[in-house]
This record gives sequence, structure tokens and C-alpha cells, in this order.
Amino acid sequence: MSTETKPDIDIDRSVGDFRYEMDYAYDAGVGLSEATIDYISDVKNDPDWVRAFRKEGYRKFLEKPMPTHWATKDLESIVFENIRYYLSQGQVPKRTWDEVPDDIKRTFERLGIPEQERKFLSGVEAQFDSEAAYSNIKAAVGEQGVIFVGSSEGLKEHPEIFKKWFGKVIPSGDNKFSALNSAVFSGGSFIYVPPGVKVKHPLQAYFRINAQNFGQFERTLIIVDEGAELTYMEGCTAPKFETATLHSAVVELVAMKGAKIQYITVQNWSSNVFNLVTKRGIAHEDAEVKWIDCNIGSRLTMKYPGVVMKGKGARGEVVSIALSGDGQHQDTGAKMIHAADNTTSNIISKSISLGTGRSTYRGMVHVPKHLKGCKNNTECDALLINSHSRTDTYPAISVRGQGNAVQHEASVSQISSEQIFYMQQRGLSEAAAMSLAVNGFVNDLVQQFPMEYSVELKRLIDLEMEGSVG
Amino acid sequence: MTLYATSEIRVQDNPVRGITALPLHHQGSLGSHTSHWPEWFRRDQQKAWDLYESLPMPKRNDEPWRFANLKALDLSEFQPAPPVKDKAFLIARSKGLTDLAAKMIFANDEVIHRDVTALPAGVLLLPFEQAASEHEDLFRKHFMTSDVRLGSKKFAALHRARLQSGAFVHVPKGVVIESPIEIWHWVEGVNATILPHTLIVLGEGASATVIDRFVSSRDERSLALAVNDLTLGQGARLSYIGVQEWNDQTTAFHINTTEVEKEGVSTALQMNLGGAYIRGESDSHLLGEGSRSVMLSINPATGNREIDQRTFQDHFAPRATSDLLYHNALADSSRTIFAGLIKVEEHAHETDAYQKVRNLMLSDEAEANSMPGLEILADNVRCTHGATSGELNEDELFYMMARGIAPQQAAQLIVRGFFGTVLERLDNDFLKEHLGELLDRKLNL
Repeated sequence: MSTETKPDIDIDRSVGDFRYEMDYAYDAGVGLSEATIDYISDVKNDPDWVRAFRKEGYRKFLEKPMPTHWATKDLESIVFENIRYYLSQGQVPKRTWDEVPDDIKRTFERLGIPEQERKFLSGVEAQFDSEAAYSNIKAAVGEQGVIFVGSSEGLKEHPEIFKKWFGKVIPSGDNKFSALNSAVFSGGSFIYVPPGVKVKHPLQAYFRINAQNFGQFERTLIIVDEGAELTYMEGCTAPKFETATLHSAVVELVAMKGAKIQYITVQNWSSNVFNLVTKRGIAHEDAEVKWIDCNIGSRLTMKYPGVVMKGKGARGEVVSIALSGDGQHQDTGAKMIHAADNTTSNIISKSISLGTGRSTYRGMVHVPKHLKGCKNNTECDALLINSHSRTDTYPAISVRGQGNAVQHEASVSQISSEQIFYMQQRGLSEAAAMSLAVNGFVNDLVQQFPMEYSVELKRLIDLEMEGSVG
Repeated sequence: MTLYATSEIRVQDNPVRGITALPLHHQGSLGSHTSHWPEWFRRDQQKAWDLYESLPMPKRNDEPWRFANLKALDLSEFQPAPPVKDKAFLIARSKGLTDLAAKMIFANDEVIHRDVTALPAGVLLLPFEQAASEHEDLFRKHFMTSDVRLGSKKFAALHRARLQSGAFVHVPKGVVIESPIEIWHWVEGVNATILPHTLIVLGEGASATVIDRFVSSRDERSLALAVNDLTLGQGARLSYIGVQEWNDQTTAFHINTTEVEKEGVSTALQMNLGGAYIRGESDSHLLGEGSRSVMLSINPATGNREIDQRTFQDHFAPRATSDLLYHNALADSSRTIFAGLIKVEEHAHETDAYQKVRNLMLSDEAEANSMPGLEILADNVRCTHGATSGELNEDELFYMMARGIAPQQAAQLIVRGFFGTVLERLDNDFLKEHLGELLDRKLNL
């Protein structure tokens, strides 16, 4: 099978590509300055410490250079002066869908959120541009003492838990985009699960960008107390605009002793979105933080979920699937910081590059001095479909001292012509064979998603084949 | 002579002392050869000096210097190396392989011995200044023509600007040299700086084995800015071994470029047995279809040694293969950095590239950093890399101790076996045995 005769492959990204005209009651205008931050703080009625935190974040944002000495130059295409940093109808999240204004509700209905909530979720938060329109937790879960609210509500209603961890897992100066988020954050979730509570069904957040030239900066903080367990899922879509949209979230997870957090993302932004997200969790003694991260959409994604294994016996895991189509760059990976004895981390990354798509794996594994019994396993596999596709792998592994085991493996391959030939012999078209081979490549990882998501994922990865086969 | 004078003025204007103040030719060290450098070479040196001055020092955020100890790059204390007095003594100490095709010995960049009697007709082993005059076209075609891409561009420019001599090896089309060529590079003197250079050019179908030996004469702090360039014509075969045995106070740069044409096979082994700070850069260009580059390294790191290695397997042509295997054993407070990149350029289809670095941690104070990278711009490729860090195998240790081998020696035997798997990749048995003996001596076995 020669390169020239390979079919073009397209992925159905049309599901979120629609938009309704909106009138926004609150609009911070275009561009970023101290005045923008004051505007946001005023609208949100921030406590003084939050206003100060935002100003500090803004200062750091200005200070920090663009990380183009290692990252793609495409970051320079972001024009910060052209972005709208806050847009809302001044909504307070509603507890029932009936209360949600019709113009916002129809968006989420079209995306099937209320339906999913009825079927298999413990709670849902739905964010529309800067603010959540809907936030509800099922009564039975709420009665166990689980808190699931927006970040604004969390910092006002539960300051004693919120302040203790907010900005502690990811300091605002961690990178330029976490600093930007700290300056203008709005929306996102605050979750607290009390000791011993195992939340049976997932909590879900859905992030929707509706406006053009918009920047969405949600901030999520999840604290799961001793022995408790939580699965959180997030999804996102935006309509496709001609101009760039920016999504820059910060997500902080805290797993106390023996707690388990599973954080699942299915990212399907439209192909004009710069998706620059900082995600990190702290795992205390015997705790487990697992990121399941699937990136299908966006123009450029830069996201390296991390786990700081702070307590003995803590575990960190990142399972990553990236699919880069024409004009897309999925720059994803993982950071594993071992900070206690007998901590274990596992990274499994699979990427598929097709058309002119580019997938990058960037990883960091750090085992500092005088630790014993730390283990890391990293596996990165990349699949290249077309001759213009590209894939890169840039891991950095630091190990100090003996008594630890770290291994990294990466491979790059293509769908073998024997496989395709074999399937064609059995009556499949080349397109169907190709699709089956790609699904086979990621299947073991897709299995790790909850059922409802894995169905959704398979549908997304189900490739549409076009073009003639030679 | 005007250029020389200009340079002198520049040097006086330059407030920085040390190596940067090295004159173009230090007085008398190369005897009559000094005056034989052609005019174009001096102009090149002046240009290289300007480049050196214009390039910034590496900074903490520079990706090619990630994890590096930038303090080691302060070269201000280093001075030009004075001529060596007791040349006969160094010649006597240059004991390597017995069966050689040719031997050349440099002491502080001056040729003190050259025996080419056993070389086949047409093969050249010449000091640079002679090659530059007598074989100008050939020399200029291959002398430092590649861009230095792995971080040390500034230091390579300094090397070129202050170069005193070097070994030029040319094996013409179809000539096969059975026995190895051995080239020694001695450094002597407190804070002395030497600039060793080996340039190997193999014509179509030619074959050779070349060993560079890097040695300190005494236990003194010194600096070596070494460059070696390997050029393989179509179907040529080269085995290149760099045996680095600097003393524990030496700062050394070893900058390599390898270019392999169609069906050529290059095997290069870097053995780093000494040094305080070693920066190695190995840049392999797979230029021709079906070319092959094997890149090997053996690094026993002890004391406070830092070995910082950056490698590049750059595939420009289809169906080429590259295979990298680096073994580091880290004892005491040693530190290693490995940053390797496999790049498959567009159209380099059916590339087969492999890269593996293994770190054997022998101490709680040691630190190993690995950055194995891939950049793939073509399809139908098979590229794999792996990096592991682990400790001595308890079962193996126990097995040996149960047979009465002392724990320390058992550990050294395992380390020796760990390096042995790299040596096994060479195909010359005499060479393997000789290098194995050097390793045994290093490991006190």
C-alpha cells in the first residue's frame, strides 16, 4: 500500500459545532488589564483575598515568558488583547433544568447533558462561557455530605476547606497559563467528599464555549478525604469560529490518606481552540490519583496531568489517548513526582496522527534522593496514518539513588499493510479495515473509560473514510 | 600577518582572561608547522573567533542544556598549553594495541610521533596543517562543514578559532585497512587547554578502524575541547572508538559529527573512563539510502563525575537504520544526563531506528537523567526507544557471594557484564579484548 493511495480520514466533530445568539448582561470587554480583573471581581463579588490573588496572578502572567523555548511557536498566534475574558448573564447556577434560561438550556439539551444526568450520573454542573448555568447533585449523594458546587460558591460558602488547598497544588506562578487562569478564573467545580464516602456514580462537568474570541478559564478544586472515593468526568465543546478561542483551566486534586480519585476528560473542542490546561493532583499516604485523558479536539492542546505522590505507598496514573487530525497538534503527556517511599506511577499514552496532524508526548518522571521502592512504568505508542502526519516523544526522567525501578518505552509504528490486506481478504473495505485497526490500537485504553464514555469515544474515533483506494 | 595582529588587539581589548585570551598560535609549540597554515585557514579561524564571541553562553532554560551543570562551563581559568618537555616519556607511555596500521601521538596539540609505515598506499594520516596545505580541496570539503546542533556551537567555534593541529585520516575509494589506526592525545600542565581533532574521510567502499586515545599526563586540572568528524562514502565501513581516560580534574567536550552515505556503515563507541565534567555530543546524519549508524557508549561514572551526553540520529534517507546503546553505571555522587533524539525527516520512509539508555544505580547519591526523544515526520517507520534505571540484581549478587566472591567484587563483575553487552556489539575480537582489559583495569578486576 503506497503512501499516495491511502485514503483521507476525517473525524466527525460536528456534534458541538452549533451556536445560538446570546445577549450577555456582563461583558468584561476585549483585552486584559487590571481594570478587567477588577470588573470580574466586582461582578463576582469576590472576597478581598480573591481579588488580591487575581492581581498577583496577573503580575506573574505578565512576568512569565511564553514557553516557546520548548513548546510550539503556534502559541505566538494567541493575541491576548483580542480575547474576551468574562461573559455571563449574571446567572446563579440553577438546581433544576426548568429554571435554566431557555436560550442556554437548548444548548445543553442538544448536547444531551440532562439525559445523561438522568441515566448515570450522581451530579452535573454545566458551564456556559464564564459561569455555570446549572449545578445539581442527587439528593442521596448530597445527604452523605458531598459538596459539589461551582468554584465561586465554593470559595464563599466553604472557605475553611477551600482556602486550605486552593492554589496549593498548582501555585499561580507554575506557568504562564496557570498565572493567567489565577487572574481571571471563573466557573469550574469545587468538590469535597467526606471521609469514607464512596461516591457510586460519577460527578460530571460540562464546559461549553458559545461566544467568539472568548477565553474560558474555569478552576476546579477537588478534595477527597480519608478513605473516600470519587470519579469525576468532564466534557467540552465549542462551535467552530474563524478566530482563535482560548481555554485555559487549572484543576487541582487532593486525595487524602487512602482516598481514590479518578478524573476523566474527553476533550472535543472545535479546531480553533487553544487548549492550555494545568492539571495536578496530590496523593497522600496510600492514596491514588488517576487521570484518564482523551484529547480529540482543539487546534493546540498542551496538557500534562501530574501526580505528586506525597505519602508513602501513594499511586499515580495517567492514561492518555490523543487523536490529531489535519491542522491539529495534541501536545500531551504526564508528570510524575515521587516524593515518598514505595510510591508507584504508571503512564500509558497512545496517540494517533493522521492527515497533517501532530501528536507530541512530553513526560516528566522525578525520583529524588533517598527514596526507596519507587517504581515508574511509562509506555508511549504512536500510530502514524499518513505521510504528512507527525509524532514526537520528549520524556525527561530523573532518578537519584538506588532501590528504585524506572522504565520508559516508546514506539512509533503504522498500520501494517498485512493487517489491512488480511481484513480486506475477509471482505472488509480498506476504509473499514483501517478504522478497525485504529480502534484496535486504542481499544485497551478505551476499555478503561466508564461504559457510557467508551461508547461515545468509539463513535468519535470511528473514522470516516473518503477518497479512492488504489 | 594582519589578521594575526588584529586578533592580538582584540585579545587585549577583551577583559576576559584565560582560554578566551588564547592567541591564534602559541609560540613555538608546533615548530615549523606553525608557519605552514595556509592563509584561508587563518581567515576561517578569525571568523570562528568572531562567531565564538557573538554566541551567548548556554543558559539554564536552553533545552540542549537542560539538567546540565552550567557552572562547569566557566572556562576562564584555563590557559594555553605550553609545549611538552619530555616527549620521549609520553611516547613511551602511549601503549595501546600492538598490531597497528599506523600510530600518531599528539602532546598538547603538537605531533610528537607519527608512524605510517604499515599504511596501504594512498592512505593519508597527516597533521592538519600539512593536510590543509598539501590536500587543500579534500581537507576543506570535510573540515567542520556540519552545523553543531546539539548545544556546543559556541565551544566548537572556540575549538576552530584556537585549533593548533589535528589528525587527518583519508582512506581512498576501495582501500581496506585491516589493522586499526591509533591516535593519542596527551594533555599536560596546570589549567592547560588542548583542542584535539580527528577528521576521518572514507571514500566509496573503503574500510578502516580508528581509535582515539585521550589521556592526561599528570594529575592536574585541564581542559579538552575535542572534535571528531567521521565521513563515510557510499558503502564505506568505519569503526571509530574514542577511549577517554582524562584524569578526574579534567573538563572535556567531545563533539562528534558522523555522515553516512548510501549503504555505508558507521560504528562509533565512546568510552568515558575519566574526567570531572564530560560533555559529549554525537550527531549522526543518515544521508544515503540503506545507510547505518551504530552509536555506543560505556560510562562508568564515579566520584563527582558528570557525564552529559546528547545524541542525534537524523534520518534523511529511506531505508536507513540507526541503533544506539548507551550504558551508564553510576557510583558515588556521579551524575549522568542522556538526551537523545531520533528524527525521521520527511521522505525517510522505512526508517528503522532504535535507541536505548540503561542506568545502573550503584549509590544513593548518584543521579541519572534520561531524555530519550522521537520526532517522526515520515510514515512506514519503525522507531523504538527505551530508558531504564535500576539497581544491581540481588539474585546475581547472591549467586556470586554464595560462591565466595566478595560483595564489592561481585558488584564490579555485574557492572563489567553490563558494559560487556555494549562491547559485544563490536566485531573486531582483538579490539574487544583490548577495550575489555581497559575496562577491567578501570573496575579493578
